[in-house]
Amino acid sequence: MSDATANAPIALRPRPDPNHLGHTGNREGSRAPGRGTGGPAPKRIVVGYGFWVFILSDIIMFAALFAAYAVLRGGTADGPSGRDIFDLDTVAIETGCLLLSSFVCGLATLALSARRALLFQAAMAGTFLLGAGFLALEMREFAGLLARGDGPDRSAFLSSFFTLVGCHGLHVAAGLLWLLTMMAQVLTKGFRADILRRTMCFALFWHALDIIWVAVFTIVYLMGVL
Amino acid sequence: MLGKLSLSALPLDQPIPLIAGAAVVVVLLGVIGWIVFAGHLPYLWKEWITSVDHKRIGVMYVVLGLVMLIRGFSDVVLMRSQQAVAYKSPGFLPPEHYDQIFTAHGTIMIFFGAMPFIIGLMNFVVPLQLGVRDVAFPTLNSVSFWLTATGALLVNMSLVIGEFARTGWWPSPPLSEVTYSPGVGVDYYLWAIQIAGIGTLMSGINLTTTILKMRAPGMSYLRMPMFCWTALASNLLIVAAFPILTATLAMLTLDRYLGFHFFTDERGGNSMMFMNLFWAWGHPEVYILALPGYGVFSEVISTFSSKPLFAYRSMVAATMAILVLSFMVWLHHFFTMGPGGDVNGIFGVTSMIIAVPTGVKVFDWMFTMYGGRVRFTTPMLWSLGFVVTFVVGGATGVLLAVPPADFVLHNSLFLVAHFHNVMVSAVIFAGFAGYGYWFPKAFGFKLHEGWGKAAFWFSVTGFVAVFAPLYVVGLLGMTRRMQHYDVPEWRPWVLAASAGVIVMAIGVVCQIVQLVVSIRRREELRDVTGDPWDGRSLEWATASPPPAFNFAVLPEVHGEEAYWGVKQAARDQRRLREEPSYEAVEMPLNSATGVICAFFATLVGFAMIWHIWWMAGLGLLGAFATFVIFAWRDRVEYEIPAETVARFDRANRATRAEALASLRRRAA
Repeated sequence: MSDATANAPIALRPRPDPNHLGHTGNREGSRAPGRGTGGPAPKRIVVGYGFWVFILSDIIMFAALFAAYAVLRGGTADGPSGRDIFDLDTVAIETGCLLLSSFVCGLATLALSARRALLFQAAMAGTFLLGAGFLALEMREFAGLLARGDGPDRSAFLSSFFTLVGCHGLHVAAGLLWLLTMMAQVLTKGFRADILRRTMCFALFWHALDIIWVAVFTIVYLMGVL
Repeated sequence: MLGKLSLSALPLDQPIPLIAGAAVVVVLLGVIGWIVFAGHLPYLWKEWITSVDHKRIGVMYVVLGLVMLIRGFSDVVLMRSQQAVAYKSPGFLPPEHYDQIFTAHGTIMIFFGAMPFIIGLMNFVVPLQLGVRDVAFPTLNSVSFWLTATGALLVNMSLVIGEFARTGWWPSPPLSEVTYSPGVGVDYYLWAIQIAGIGTLMSGINLTTTILKMRAPGMSYLRMPMFCWTALASNLLIVAAFPILTATLAMLTLDRYLGFHFFTDERGGNSMMFMNLFWAWGHPEVYILALPGYGVFSEVISTFSSKPLFAYRSMVAATMAILVLSFMVWLHHFFTMGPGGDVNGIFGVTSMIIAVPTGVKVFDWMFTMYGGRVRFTTPMLWSLGFVVTFVVGGATGVLLAVPPADFVLHNSLFLVAHFHNVMVSAVIFAGFAGYGYWFPKAFGFKLHEGWGKAAFWFSVTGFVAVFAPLYVVGLLGMTRRMQHYDVPEWRPWVLAASAGVIVMAIGVVCQIVQLVVSIRRREELRDVTGDPWDGRSLEWATASPPPAFNFAVLPEVHGEEAYWGVKQAARDQRRLREEPSYEAVEMPLNSATGVICAFFATLVGFAMIWHIWWMAGLGLLGAFATFVIFAWRDRVEYEIPAETVARFDRANRATRAEALASLRRRAA
């Protein structure tokens, strides 16, 4: 007890609490910013972190769709199974498009950090074209199935297939819309801090779609034709 | 042009919904008219509707929650009075209407009563307790709130336009499929919950990021107040569980709209998968609601026992244990639907294990009170009422976790009594405890104690009077959701429960009177110190109500119970800390993005419910345009000059110095 406390009137003294169980006292932890003990993290870290949390939640949504697909895979109702409808050549090209688009998107991020506007726009345009190519191939696959009467209402297997793959496709479509918006933003506003953060989030989103596609590719297509 | 919508959607031939709906519309128009003509609209628009301040948004969440609790309670009154008269008679509510009422009751109470109430408290309190100026994403926070409000609006719209689901609050297929529920009721449910669910998910991401990345300097994890820990657990659960609900409801939507076969039990579809997926969200949802409630009780009991929380770290461990366990018990919601003995056994055991960390919490609360100077304020009474009633609800839960017992009791009123017993005490009691506890922080004056205590005693008495008979009548074999019955042995218990509702209704009236009386007598109830309860965490370090920027300078945290430490130091040294040097503060600008997004979301939801495709497209386009306009703005923050910050803080310090001096005068 310090001197100041010893001299204080009785009522003002801190009462030692005999039940101070489970309390650690006053050990000082790390003061590094961003770990929470050095004060609020910088905006860039907060935004990136929050977006990561969103991506995790999105992955959980896909996990539910994957689970539904796993349950309903056998529910073909005498309709076609994966082996009958999957064309691995197309899927290989789709995968190539998407993985390459992720690489080009990485180039766009590098161009952004180097503040090279032209290179950034070119790389983003490349990303867009590859993503759009992926989407076109996927839509061709869907259209072919629908034309043959093997639409999502044919069987539970096809319902879950269309939903899982279609949901990924919807994400790619939304990503393309976002991509165009970011190109326009950088064009009109330049390399502003908030635009840099948004572009970083877009890149995270785009790469996450790749990760999900790898799972779709493996679990739906490769395991589907086994 | 208007899809399935026509004049026949209005309940012109059903007097009860027609009159209720008309009354609500008239009251709503009256309130809006009064706001516009009395000139309050600019104030409301600038200070509340477009506000991105976490405190304002938190208050709006709580207001939405309270209004919807009353809405859900009106369903209770209808259901209990129907059962009171429907002994060997059809009663006054036809089955198709009665079914909508119990569905609406569950849906509204969980999604639009309890959730906004709890999220509102977290929104208001967490940044203050962490010692920071706002949540991580203030505008997103506003979007979240308004999307939740959209969901509430859609559910209530179904009262007047069309119908609501008749499936119960979890729309189990195949009953909820378009074959058996061809109307728009299930669609109202799906779109309302989907839109509100997106709001909740965004709010979960926001608060998780806030707690993990934005804390005052020195606030390490094990120095966070207990409420922040439970808020962290709850929001992590939101992030991990709500996407499952989104996916599940999307599957049901596809079944209904495009003829998919997820849950149809035809062409390979599997309705049991819906139960698994739904409850994989549904059981964590229980803890999304209950954990922050435990946090409120921890704060209230510690403050009003004038003691640190007993065994703080065991409480943290128990909270995180519940977080994990909550994902491992979902199957106990359908023991009787054929998972088999082994599976049932495992899930029975995991369900019982949850009682262990919960029991740890109950002991921690009791030992916090032990040896303390307990002040029996209204929030403390709610907490004590919770501890007593919750233990009963928990014990019946352990009983129901035994699969053979569940085979006897499932779907009975015993089950209904059990989950109301836990949910009402852990969530609603917590809501009211938090409401009374933080009200002075939000508005600068305390709530009236007398009316608060009256509200507590009537509510808790009514609560016991409703659900104790339901336990009994459940054991006598009465199932839930009965529109009429003819078993004479059940009759007295059903009547007793209905009488309990009257007592509870008096409690509701007392709550309203308490608010009115408190506002009228606000001068005598004024909290001038900013610390009316002798609090221990940082929200009590700033003024009541706090300024937009919360803290003049971010507080330095040097131990647990950050504000208690500051107060002790001031008492020891007989003076406040040195005046800090003030700097200008940058705060986010207001934004109409949230409310405009919600407008378009309402459009999309309504259009999808009634199959008005062009309107849905228009709504989506509008929402995207809103985001683009938001993304293109150049000014995002405004500056509060250092003099303003200093003026606020000097006034705040003056009241603290005065409080310190009066304490010394009393001691001398």
